[in-house]
Amino acid sequence: MLNYIIRRVLYAIPILIGVNLITFTLFFVVNTPDDMARMQLGIKRVTPEAIAKWKQERGYDKPLMFSSSDEGFAKLTNTIFFEKSAAMFAFRFGRADDGRDIAYEIKSRMVPSLAIALPVFLLGLGVYIVFALIMVFFRATYVDFWGVVLCVALMSISSLFYIIAGQFLISKLWHLVPISGYGQGLDAAKFLVLPVIIGVISGAGANTRWYRTLFLEEMGKDYVRTARAKGLPESIVLFGHVLRNAMIPILTGAVVVIPLLFLGSLIAESFFGIPGLGSYTIDAINSQDFAVVRAMVFLGSLLYIVGLILTDISYTLVDPRIRLE
Amino acid sequence: MKAAVFTEPLKPSSLSPLARATVPLHDRIHETGRAIPRCLEYLLVILTALMCACSGPWNNPYPESDTGKNILYGAFAERPKHLDPVQSYSSNEILITAQIYEPPLQYHYLKRPYELIPASAAKMPIVEYFDEKGTRLPDNARDEQIAYTIYEISIMPGIRFQPHPAFAKDQQGEFLYHRLPEKELADIHKLGDFPHTDSRELTAEDYVFQIKRLAHPRLHSPIFGLMSDYIAGLKEYAETLRAADEAQLKEQGRDAYLDLNNYPLAGAETVDRYTYRVKINGKYPQFKYWLAMPFFAPIPWEAERFYNQKGLAEKNINLDWYPLGTGPYMLTENDPNRVMVLEKNPNFHGETYPSEGMPGDGQAGLLGDAGAPLPFIDKVIYSRERESIPRWNKFLQGYYDASNIGSDSFDQAVQLTGQGEATVTEAMQEQGIRLETAVATSTNYMGFNMLDPVVGGVGKQGREAARKLRQAISIAVDYEEYVSIFANGRGVPAQGPIAPGIAGHREGKEGINPVVYDWVDGRPRRKPIEAARKLLAEAGYPDGMDAKTGAPLVLYFDVTTRGTEDKSSLDWMRKQFRKLNIQLVVRNTDYNRFQDKIRKGNAQIFEWGWNADYPDPENFLFLLYGPQRKVGNEGENAANYSNPEYNRLFDRMKNMENGPKRQQIIDRMITILRHDSPWLWGYHPKEYGLYHAWYGNIKANRLSNNNVKYFRIDAGMREQKRSEWNKPVLWPAIAGLIVLVASMIPAVVVYRRRERGAGITSTTTEIHMS
Repeated sequence: MLNYIIRRVLYAIPILIGVNLITFTLFFVVNTPDDMARMQLGIKRVTPEAIAKWKQERGYDKPLMFSSSDEGFAKLTNTIFFEKSAAMFAFRFGRADDGRDIAYEIKSRMVPSLAIALPVFLLGLGVYIVFALIMVFFRATYVDFWGVVLCVALMSISSLFYIIAGQFLISKLWHLVPISGYGQGLDAAKFLVLPVIIGVISGAGANTRWYRTLFLEEMGKDYVRTARAKGLPESIVLFGHVLRNAMIPILTGAVVVIPLLFLGSLIAESFFGIPGLGSYTIDAINSQDFAVVRAMVFLGSLLYIVGLILTDISYTLVDPRIRLE
Repeated sequence: MKAAVFTEPLKPSSLSPLARATVPLHDRIHETGRAIPRCLEYLLVILTALMCACSGPWNNPYPESDTGKNILYGAFAERPKHLDPVQSYSSNEILITAQIYEPPLQYHYLKRPYELIPASAAKMPIVEYFDEKGTRLPDNARDEQIAYTIYEISIMPGIRFQPHPAFAKDQQGEFLYHRLPEKELADIHKLGDFPHTDSRELTAEDYVFQIKRLAHPRLHSPIFGLMSDYIAGLKEYAETLRAADEAQLKEQGRDAYLDLNNYPLAGAETVDRYTYRVKINGKYPQFKYWLAMPFFAPIPWEAERFYNQKGLAEKNINLDWYPLGTGPYMLTENDPNRVMVLEKNPNFHGETYPSEGMPGDGQAGLLGDAGAPLPFIDKVIYSRERESIPRWNKFLQGYYDASNIGSDSFDQAVQLTGQGEATVTEAMQEQGIRLETAVATSTNYMGFNMLDPVVGGVGKQGREAARKLRQAISIAVDYEEYVSIFANGRGVPAQGPIAPGIAGHREGKEGINPVVYDWVDGRPRRKPIEAARKLLAEAGYPDGMDAKTGAPLVLYFDVTTRGTEDKSSLDWMRKQFRKLNIQLVVRNTDYNRFQDKIRKGNAQIFEWGWNADYPDPENFLFLLYGPQRKVGNEGENAANYSNPEYNRLFDRMKNMENGPKRQQIIDRMITILRHDSPWLWGYHPKEYGLYHAWYGNIKANRLSNNNVKYFRIDAGMREQKRSEWNKPVLWPAIAGLIVLVASMIPAVVVYRRRERGAGITSTTTEIHMS
């Protein structure tokens, strides 16, 4: 397994370089270093000298990807792309365009992001599986029919609607929890109730249907019939046998997102005032802060690759027949 | 997945013995049946416990310990980029910086037109003019005679900086934290981690030090370009500092400290401990307004020395994150992702509430605190609120003390009386919310690029035709309608570039733009569209067709990328041009490309705006001054308009004191502008603010930002209202729970029935199938 993991880690390097290259190209197609300087220096009374100085200080005065004036290897290394990308692989994210330390920001914002994403993930997984199994248990009855209808209805509604409706009903009309905000330590709990509930509900439709499909597929298999023939109660058949055998597709979807939970949610964090990494990314895009965008995309790609490796490892845990070679 | 290899067939996980699975079946069903009401019981117990535990409203986003305290609650949408006074220039930043830094001057809180008064200065600056030989000139000397101006500013003795570790000294009198070893730095993560703080008296040297910082090579002061034209020697000073910095960087590396005290600046020097002088090239009367901005607030050299230590910047411990001032408040918590907290500066030198204002201020209760010591509020908490919906709802719940009004909530908040006056709706009145309105010192306009051959014209005849075309469009685009539809009436159609409340602006009949309006029944009335059509025909486009080619007239409107919500306003704009049979093509682009087009002169018609820096007509009229044009000069004249007579008059007007002579020149300049119509004058936005009943001493003031010290909060009333408005409503949750439980009962019954008959059913099925 170790060889397999080492090989996957090595595969990740060209992928990360590619992601960096694409991010870099896309970003600089839309924003020039001059645009970035203007964004940081403000709209009023910005002189060309100030822009030149800003670019020079941050290394944005160099050629983007190829320096024709340099010799040899420096043609590639004395460029914005190389200088800004190489440090990423050593996890040196540098400073945001407004001068603030990106690593510090990521560290401090990871906890609030996780504070929402982790409960939503765990609670959601449990709730979706239970609901899917109930629907499977009552398959071809009114419970299953209306359950599917409800799932389709839930899937059809935008997540923004859940947020606004949730804030309106639970916070504004019923005054049960704060509309938005975040606190330190245990104080954070009252702010997390609503986003977690909304997070779970907004994902319920698609996930429950998906799990229902998986379970229904398993229900037709021989081992289920054998289990029933032995007289096992349906709850044992569902939770003990069907669920266990449907774990591989569930894990494929679930484990891969675990590392990405650190990155938070773009919309929910914005609406609920959670100072997480999702809102950090949104702010960076709005302020054309390439340093932060690049760091977050890099981190996202890296975590995704980690997620995929973890998924592979998790297969071996739930299915002893699988070997990673 | 290539690497995953199946090594043996998948078996059903039937490892549990049959007996173990079947025997407890009944018990399990029994437990399942009981579990539901038990859950309900638990929930009710938890809910009751919660109700008992929370004495206040459940949805209170603030800690219980803050209840009843003299705290002002506000919100901010965008995190401030800079809190260093030399770099900060945005309106969201000055909300914070103006409360912390104290420049020598400030605006009178109540008086209008805006009046400068001393802040940390002991009196208003002494302004003296000199010729090239250094001979003192009389105050009425001609501009050409004046070689330089001296501003002598005396500050009040006894003012002290807020407590800060930069001032902390040991028993030997050495600074504790000016040479931090790396070992000590390891335990420092924020400014509060320094256990010792101290203060010292403010001196004139601190003001001079800040002026020097405008030229610091590692700082980007947005006003350096402007100030280097005026403050004697500032440009050369910047060169000196740059050379010194580069030399130091080579010798000592990136963390070298550039000590500005070693480099004197000719244009700023101290006279004595409490007096300093600023030398201005020529005459620049507007300099006094800059003295009321944080750019000229004092910064102690100790702060610069402290923050420039190796390792602190990496931890965001710098002046941009932790400001240091002498003002009424100090920033005690800076988490711009979540909250920024200002608390009373214990060393504030003291100031009293103004005892005079405008007629009506007394009646409005604005003079009730006359002579009372400032500030009234102990603490200010600004929470980050990115989205308008939660911000608005929290205001209605009493968790923010004031709010602006978004277009979504406008109808909910404001209604217009029969006389067209805006008031709050009945629902707002019931909550005791009141509305304050003020016309902003800014202007939103639509500009024509005068370099464009169609709207700017080429040759004498072409320019004349283009002028008539611009005038025709000025009449056709109905800004009264625009303000009514798209700004909910929150704006005043502009008659020229100068905003109301600024010297040079004229009201009434003499203030109207005769190119666009007639004075009818005591009010301006837009000219009929026929007048515009006539002008269009004279411009060579009868009925919107080019008289020479017969082709329809097509104009291009450059706008920044907008969402779907702006589609209606763009459609409306097309409709306005269609009145003249002109086809308006909207060229939509992102803001970067838009700015690029404006800089290169590639736009034809565009929208832009301007917020005044200070209450002087020069700050508006320079936007159309020839040498300020964007193309070639990178100035602020986006229309690239240049009229020799206007430019001459501007040169004369800019240095004059307000008075009839200056007004006469301004009138002539405005007449030229109206005639040439390089802009559609657009409108001056009107700002609407909503305030709760417990919020006192509010007078809208766009130019002075250090207003928090004047505000007053009735914390008792706020707590009472919050409790009243935010009583938890539990019945929907309980009803929902009951419905959920009720809906589960048939399922449980079916489950039990199935489980009992499972073996038989399965067997039957198997037999039947076989």
